[in-house]
Amino acid sequence: MNGEPLNYLNNGHGIRSWLLTKDHKRIAILYLISVAFFFSVGGVYALLIRINLLTPGGVFEPDTYNRIFTTHGVIMVFLFLVPAVPAILGNFLLPIMIGAKDLAFPKINLLSWYCYVFAGIFLVVAIVAGGVDTGWTFYTPYSTSYSNSNVLLAGIGIFIAGFSSILTGINFIVTVHTMRAPGMTWFRLPLFIWAHYATALVIMLGTPVLAITVSLMALERVAHVGIFDPAMGGDPVLFQHMFWFYSHPAVYIMVLPAMGVVSELIANMSRKNIFGYKFVAMSSLAIAVFGFLVWGHHLFVATQSVYLGIIFSFLSYAVAIPSAIKVFNWTATLFRGSISYDTPMLYALGFIFLFLIGGLTGLFLAALGIDVHVTDTYFVIAHFHYVMVGGSLMGFLGGMHLWWGKMTGRMYPEFWARAATIVQFVGFNLTFFPQFILGYLGMPRRYAAYPPEFQTLHVLSTAGASILGFGVAMTIFYFIWSLKYGKRAPADPWGAPGLEWRIPSPPPTENFTELPVVTWEAYEFASVPELKEAEAAASNG
Amino acid sequence: MSTIETDTAHGHGGAHADRHPNLVHHFDDMEQQREAGTLGMWWFLLTEIMFFGGMILAYTVYRHMYFDAFAHGSNVLSIWWGAFNTVVLIGSSLTMAMAVWHAQHGNSKKIVFFLLFTIVLGSIFLRVKYIEYHDKFTEHVFPAGSFQWPIVHESNRPNNLGDLLLMLVWIEPLNTDQSASGAVAEKAPAMEKAPTAEMEQGPAMRGEIDRTMQDQSFAGHVRMYFWLYFVMTGFHALHMVIGIGLLLVLAWQANRGKFSKEYHSYIELTGLYWHFVDIVWIFLFPLLYLVDRHL
Repeated sequence: MNGEPLNYLNNGHGIRSWLLTKDHKRIAILYLISVAFFFSVGGVYALLIRINLLTPGGVFEPDTYNRIFTTHGVIMVFLFLVPAVPAILGNFLLPIMIGAKDLAFPKINLLSWYCYVFAGIFLVVAIVAGGVDTGWTFYTPYSTSYSNSNVLLAGIGIFIAGFSSILTGINFIVTVHTMRAPGMTWFRLPLFIWAHYATALVIMLGTPVLAITVSLMALERVAHVGIFDPAMGGDPVLFQHMFWFYSHPAVYIMVLPAMGVVSELIANMSRKNIFGYKFVAMSSLAIAVFGFLVWGHHLFVATQSVYLGIIFSFLSYAVAIPSAIKVFNWTATLFRGSISYDTPMLYALGFIFLFLIGGLTGLFLAALGIDVHVTDTYFVIAHFHYVMVGGSLMGFLGGMHLWWGKMTGRMYPEFWARAATIVQFVGFNLTFFPQFILGYLGMPRRYAAYPPEFQTLHVLSTAGASILGFGVAMTIFYFIWSLKYGKRAPADPWGAPGLEWRIPSPPPTENFTELPVVTWEAYEFASVPELKEAEAAASNG
Repeated sequence: MSTIETDTAHGHGGAHADRHPNLVHHFDDMEQQREAGTLGMWWFLLTEIMFFGGMILAYTVYRHMYFDAFAHGSNVLSIWWGAFNTVVLIGSSLTMAMAVWHAQHGNSKKIVFFLLFTIVLGSIFLRVKYIEYHDKFTEHVFPAGSFQWPIVHESNRPNNLGDLLLMLVWIEPLNTDQSASGAVAEKAPAMEKAPTAEMEQGPAMRGEIDRTMQDQSFAGHVRMYFWLYFVMTGFHALHMVIGIGLLLVLAWQANRGKFSKEYHSYIELTGLYWHFVDIVWIFLFPLLYLVDRHL
């Protein structure tokens, strides 16, 4: 109102118009608020972990510490990393990018958010009622026979969170298959869409296995027939196989969408077609497929046969190929591009740098001999935080900056955003690089106390975590600030070719007033009619 | 998937006068809407395959490790009940397919008839499942609580179709006592008299099996079998209950004339789901009921 044109934000007011919305853009905002909430909770628990590790003796009781790191892991994995990019950016952008009015099943989309909320409630109740102490992996027989914490509640929460992912995944796959605008062929899809399509495949094939694994764990906890208890003839490693059959591909659920975001950031911020578009698109699918064949590398020291170990080791190396294709093609895109160092680009460069370290240390871990040395040490922690935080979080935040104007109608403050990005980058490296060294020296993960000679590195890491936390808080703060005081966002602040930039910011409820017809390739800057006109006007003037 | 968009195109119908009233606003035409629904259902069924696949994996591992215990557990199940339920479910798939066929041809009354027929068959399946579960409780082979092995007092089992039909409607078979004691008399020796079994079956392993049967651990492994039996058939029965719920809604809607030649994708989608649940049972029946039946 206020004379503003009708858009999805002011089309309908009041809490009901939000809680019962079927608009994919509003559901994305609901997800944004709830995911940001759980991210903050998980972040507070991360800081508690770092506070405990400031001194060799620890601050908390070991039993409390177990609950702290479990809470951090469960919340960050199931309530932040898995839904963050797909459910927020994917939900908002996927229909717009392919020229559709909405996702295929809007009610299922809303149901997915409610599943997420209920999952969150179960997990919060589990935490408030005393927490869970099994680690986010719920390894048996500890989780089924010995832990006296709220494993059941947490298990139910994860089961429901799985439904939330599956419903989002179905929507993405069906929408991409059936609702592309005229002229939007498969190889004209933005790489963001390819990445989300691949992610949806992994979600659909992996999540049900997690659901049944958690169900079996919970039922065993009730019945105690010893299905995972070696003392009664059960096989605890079966649980590990089933758990990692989901949870390793889940790593790709977390990082593939972020890779899709980075492709958009790099293309739009260097104003060039992505080098080797088809290779980048296909590498997403390759990662999705290979991702299902490597779970055994989590079981190198868990009685798995050496021969099986060799195969899994080899396959784990193989995943590096499609990942490297992406990184090489992104850097090749930068070559001779007209690069802008605005915030989205800083995040993209940060992603490439951190993901490179995370990916390469992944190769160390895929090597059987080194893995035996560093299994369950801080080396592993540092590795997956480089991929998950350095990769997924950086990709997510980069995407939030690129599309913030589109989502809210307001631009973020460029200076503060660049400052925050740099603070986060420094803080992140200071937090996790020392952990590589700690792990290599033998500091085990999940220990509440450690020998005094590790203290310097732990203090560095805690200092880094504070800086990282401060940087993220800056971002949250200026995002909220910009809602009121930010500059109004034009339809296309970046001069980008995607369909989402052809409609107003924020978009109207129906996305497109008339059906778009796509006549250009994904990143063909010169071929978009509006961009051509603008360029002609500029050269004439 | 009852949650697929059902709204009529409020507020958009005016602009597109020729739009079908059941065409949702964000689809271009009925064909696209139907294709989206069908594809969504197939993907959903794929997740279901992965879900049941996890259970079948666990079953396979333990059946491989403890085959003898699984065989003894399986022989407690009534093959009559299991086979009867298999026939009932396959029959229900036929009636479901008939309902879909009539939906495609726009015969509303026939749709209602065949949906109700399917519901009746599904309910018979669940009734049998209830009898079987009840027997397992009274025989103390329910895996939680007072599990006991070997079985001390075996419940009635149908030995022919007549018995089966009587028991289905909660009437004890006429020759209750004989058949009850008969069942125990038939079963018990096979479990206790090792030499007989050994001579009949040939392999020297039989003696070994019956010795280990006395073991606590053997009983524990049988208990694992029954745990898997209850988990697998339980999740299957849950899917049946959901399916019957969906069919009830569809029958009600069909009765009110909601479906037509052009618009009946819910019936097709529920049909896909129903056939899937049927197929799951076709896997569960041999896996759970037919392990080493000549024990």
